[in-house]
Amino acid sequence: MSEKPKIGCARPTGGLVGQSEETKEPQTPQSTKEVKKMVQVGKPALDFTAPAYYKGEFTSVKLSDYLGKWVVLCFYPGDFTFV
Amino acid sequence: MSVDSIFVHKMWNDYELSKMVPGGVPFPMLSDGGGKVGTAYGVYDEDAGVENRGRFIIDPDGVIQGYEVLTPPVGRHLSETLRQIQAFQLVRQSKGTEATPSGWKPGKMTLKPGPDLVGKVCEVWKVEMEYD
Repeated sequence: MSEKPKIGCARPTGGLVGQSEETKEPQTPQSTKEVKKMVQVGKPALDFTAPAYYKGEFTSVKLSDYLGKWVVLCFYPGDFTFV
Repeated sequence: MSVDSIFVHKMWNDYELSKMVPGGVPFPMLSDGGGKVGTAYGVYDEDAGVENRGRFIIDPDGVIQGYEVLTPPVGRHLSETLRQIQAFQLVRQSKGTEATPSGWKPGKMTLKPGPDLVGKVCEVWKVEMEYD
């Protein structure tokens, strides 16, 4: 098996999906309000990394690793709930 | 993605969801403890400490094409999400020369926006097409 990805905490990277590393703004703490404004249709998604459970393994997922594919990102209230 | 840990994701998938879907959940179950990512996407409910039912369609360039957010008691309808993805894929393939009118689904007529169509949509699109 290849090297296991490091599993950290879920966090926005501070960048946008599709934005090259060079043009990324420095990772200064952003207020929620500022970040919220950036979620808009027709605009790049906010990039993030998050721990994941996938096919029996613990791994880490980065949204920008899915560039070139269609992605459906779903949030839900909680495991073992009803709907 | 939810605020549950990957350990709870494993239990939920292995113990319950795999009984509904053979082989279990076929995509990564993401953990967002603390709701940082949910907050960035505007779906984290700070008072309840959980994430609302947000669903974002992101295209191959990383651009958000659509989203829907529901409060917890009402579930989604997957077929509408799939229909929207098919519509966005068609528009993308046509390089923006085609648009999908209300009620569109695969195989149905698209619109080709341009000077000739101005004031003529009523000739090619009927209200009944929303329902058929």
